Order: sequence, then structure tokens, then C-alpha cells
Amino acid sequence: MSASAHTLDRFAVSTRRRRKDRFARGTVVAATVVALVPLVLIVYYLLSKGLGSWSPSFFSTDPTGNTFFAASSIGGIKSAILGTIEIVAVASALAVPIGLGVAVWLVEYGRSSRFAQTVRFFVDVLTGVPSIMFGLFIYIALIVGTGSSYAGYKGAFALALLMLPVVTRSAEVVLLLVPGPLRESALALGAPRWKVIFKIVLPTALPGLLTGILLAIARAAGETAPLLFTAGATMKTEFGLGGFMNSLPIQIYTDVTSPTTAVVNRAWGAALTLVVMILLLNLFARLLARRSSLG
Amino acid sequence: MEAASIGGGERSVLKRSPLARLPDRVLRYGLTALAASILALIVYFFVKLVGEAHPAFAKFGVLGFTFDNNWNVSANQFGALPLVVGTLITSGLALIIGVPVAVATALYVTELCPLRIRGPVTILIELLAAVPSVVYGLWGIFFLAPKLQPAEQWVADKLSFVPFIGGGLVTIPNYFITGLVLAIMILPIVSSISREVMSTVPPDHKEAALGLGATRWEMIRMAVLPYCRSGISGAAMLGLGRAIGETIAVTILVGDAPVLGDHLFGQGYSLAAAIANEFGEAQELHRSALFAAGLVLFVLTLLVNVIARLLVMRAERSVKPKRTAADFAETTPPLGAGASA
Repeated sequence: MSASAHTLDRFAVSTRRRRKDRFARGTVVAATVVALVPLVLIVYYLLSKGLGSWSPSFFSTDPTGNTFFAASSIGGIKSAILGTIEIVAVASALAVPIGLGVAVWLVEYGRSSRFAQTVRFFVDVLTGVPSIMFGLFIYIALIVGTGSSYAGYKGAFALALLMLPVVTRSAEVVLLLVPGPLRESALALGAPRWKVIFKIVLPTALPGLLTGILLAIARAAGETAPLLFTAGATMKTEFGLGGFMNSLPIQIYTDVTSPTTAVVNRAWGAALTLVVMILLLNLFARLLARRSSLG
Repeated sequence: MEAASIGGGERSVLKRSPLARLPDRVLRYGLTALAASILALIVYFFVKLVGEAHPAFAKFGVLGFTFDNNWNVSANQFGALPLVVGTLITSGLALIIGVPVAVATALYVTELCPLRIRGPVTILIELLAAVPSVVYGLWGIFFLAPKLQPAEQWVADKLSFVPFIGGGLVTIPNYFITGLVLAIMILPIVSSISREVMSTVPPDHKEAALGLGATRWEMIRMAVLPYCRSGISGAAMLGLGRAIGETIAVTILVGDAPVLGDHLFGQGYSLAAAIANEFGEAQELHRSALFAAGLVLFVLTLLVNVIARLLVMRAERSVKPKRTAADFAETTPPLGAGASA
């Protein structure tokens, strides 16, 4: 082959193709920048409107029902923060063991059997269910049926239903990444199945499992719709889950339509608080994922 | 030694007593029962939902309820067409706006991005999913919608001859702003699945295209995008499912007017928004109608998610050529048959 006929120099590409290439690549970069702009705008907006409301008393006093007086008497968001923490904690206590249990079953026992495929399919279906449906489901099961009214634990159940498929799906992915030979070596040494699962598989998968769990918690903490008709809303700090319970998303949603500016500012302070909590959970989860030895 | 201790010493598994095998059996049956009860729970909820929705369907008929344009709370008339149409319009908009941008970000991160900023860009896109939907709704209605209203008004005036877009009053809460914010909300999920699919493109395909002299973009168009078609469609469907089911952001942004949307920049309603708004004080027939709306919503998201899963599954199965090179060589006579090898 003569060198001159096959030199791969830049001028072999026609100007038209080069222009198209540059234009397309520019568009892709521009689109990516456009995709990142909302995040910056939202964070900036939240900081500008919410930071002003932050103060020690903001976090340590309950919201009062006062909406007509000066800012000093409307109270803070203590019950909302505590309510969110409590409801999400109970929801996690329910969803994490059950979700992990289903994931372990899918990976260790069910694998590709017909029944396992059905379970997997239904779990996938659950991930796509609108969040308000979980509130409706719990409403039908626990409020209509029993004739009782809103309660904190019912909100926790609704959030647990929401978290369950997320935990199961992410746990299944991580558990599948545990190398088969690791299990097999333990079994070959005579370990019973349950020991292999609890002492080998789960500890190996732990960072990835934690990441999935933290992301599910972050998701549940931000949901409003499931709590609308299950946990109700109240002002006081309630530690008992049997009655109405306040939560950050509900507090924000109710406050923001108020005619009193001070109350609206409180809503923005609460929104900033909620976003900071969720972002911290997210970043922590991702740091954990980085340090995981799997995947 | 630890290795021996995990196995319980020298005893072989075969000689283990039934009592020692008990924890294993408890675990197996316990977990199987757990998985089965999850299934039962879902079926239970579905049945109960149908039961609660029944009075509304009995009064208006299933088709009548879903396709009648008459959502009138005060007159106790419940035809859910405005809700269904509103849901479809807002989700459709979210798809049209969001999927191209999401695919572009996935392309950027997998193909065009310098290695060092790949991680940060990915994390930033995924952080969009961390913002709670109530914050999206509030940011949309208090910041974005007023900012965009002049532009929307300009578009409505300039394009007043186009049926859906022009003419009509431009309100601050409207279909367009709802679709726009929904597009932002589905960006992370569509982007991350597209990214995963794109990262499975065999390097050979890409290198072959480049080796033949294709420009970067031509390589993407020839080797990456066709390969990822099913996966990206699946990702888009998952985003659609998310947009259909989004409640709070839509309630805040769409205006909650039970009218059949006839212009893009006007107010509307959606299935989830109706439930969120009206459920608290609904009585009897109204409540049943809202459960029925929930059932319609549930079936809709179910359909979309099933289609999405099928598409993603099809994409994950490796693309095997129908005939390998060896088959081809066996059955097709060489060109210029009879010439020396």
C-alpha cells in the first residue's frame, strides 16, 4: 500500500461531516449543562429563602397554630423534624428487614424459579406505584376497615410499603455481586446455609446494602403524598405513634399556602432543612458505595 | 483455626443431626413465606381498592367513568376524562422535554466527557433525584413559573394559529410548567438507566466505526444509539411511569382545574392531583370516585411499567447476530468461485 494513498490525515474528513460532528457534540454538552442548571437554581433559591428562617429557636420550638401574629409567635418546626425522623425510623425498621429478607430469598433460594420470577415481577411493579397509592392502600386497610382515624404508625406503614421495593431491588443487585466461589468455599468447609448467609454473604455485601438502605430512607423522608391521609398533621410534638403526627413535608405543604409571610418563611426554612437532611443522607450513601469492594 | 470453626469442626454435613439442620429449614421456609406474603399483600390491596372503587363504577360504568368529560364535585358527577387527559398531557410533555436531555447527558458522560469530571457530573445528575417533590412543586410555582410566564405569553401570541399552543389565557400554573418540572424530575432515572445501557456497548463496535474513519458523532449514531434503542425506550417508559404517578408537584403546578385541556399554557388537572386535593373531605360517592381514579392511575402505571421492563429485558439480552461469520462462509459460495485461493 502506498503511504500517500492511505494517510489518515485530518483533511480526509469532509468539512460538512466535521461541522456536523462539532455541532452534535456541542448540543450534547449544552444539554448536559442545561440538565445541571435546575439543581443549582433550586439550591440557590432554597438557601436564599430558607436560610433566613434558621435560628436555634426554629429547631427547638413547635409550630404554634398562630397565623395572624408576628413572626416571633408562630413557632419553629421541632415537631415536624421529630415527626419525620420518628415516622421514617419506624418505616425503616419495618421495610429494611423485610426487604432484605425478600432479597436474600430471591438470591439464595428462589433464583430463577417461576415463583421467584413472579415475586420479582411484583416487586418491580411496586417500584412503579405512585406514592399516593400507598397512602390509599393503608387508608383502606387501617382506617376504613377499623373506623379509626389518622395515626403516626399508619403513616409509617405507608412509607414502609414505599421503601420495601426499593430496598429489595437494590439489595438483590448487591447480593448477586457477592462472588459465588465465596459462598461455595464456606459451604465446602461444612458451614450450614444460614451461617453462610449471615456470616459471609451479608457482611461482604454490607456497604452496598447500606447504600441502598440509605437511599431508600432519603426517598421516604421526602415524600408527602403517602402521609396526607395516614399520619395527618398536628402542631405539638408527639412521641406516641398512635395519634396524629407532624412531618416536614406535610408542614411545608400546609404552611406554604398561608397568607402570613412569616408562616411562608417558616415553610421555606423547613424545606431547606428537609433538603439538607436528604442531601446529607444521599452523599453519605454514595461515599459508602465508593468504599465498597463490590461492583 | 477459623476455617474449621465455621464448619463446626470435623463433622461432615451428611452426618449432621436433624436438629442441627433446623436453623437452615427455618430460614428457608421463613423467607419463602415472607416472599409469598408480599405477593399476597399486593393482591389484597388491589382487591380492596377495586372494592372501594366499585360504587363509582357501578353508578357511572367503567368506561363512563374513565372517558366522560364531567368532573363536577358539587353536582356529584364524576367523569374522569379531564383527569386522564391532564395526566397524559403533563407526562407526555415530561417525556418530550426530558428524554432527549437525559439521553444527551448519558451520552456525554459515557462517550464525550473527560475522565476526571465523569464522577462529579454523574453525582450531580443523580442529586436531582434527591430533591423532594414538594420542593420541586414550590420552586416551580414560586420561582420558575413567574419567570417563564412572559416567554410563554410570547409563544402563545406568536403561535396563536397553532391549535393547542396558541390562543387562550396564559396562567401561571399550567400544563407546560408542570411538564417542564416533571421533565426535570424524571431526568435522573432516565439518565442513569441510559448510562448503564450505553456502557454495555461492546468496544469493538465503537472501535470498528472509528477505524473506518467515522467522526465521534457518526460513531455514536452508528454504533452506540442503535444498540441502545431498546434500553433507552425502557428507560423512557420508566420515566413516564414516574411522571404519571407524581402527585404533589403536579398538584401545586397544574392549577387543579377539572377542565379538558385545550391549550398548553392553561390550567388542568391530573388523576393523582385530584386524589391529593379532594380526598380529605370527600364523602361516599365522591370518595369512591377518587378510589376509582386511583385504580385507573394504578392500572396506567402498571401498564407503562410492564412495557418498560419488557423493553429493558430485551435490551439486556445480548445482541446475537443471526448468522455468524462461519455460517456465512459455509453456505455462501465465494465471489469469483473457481479462482485460486
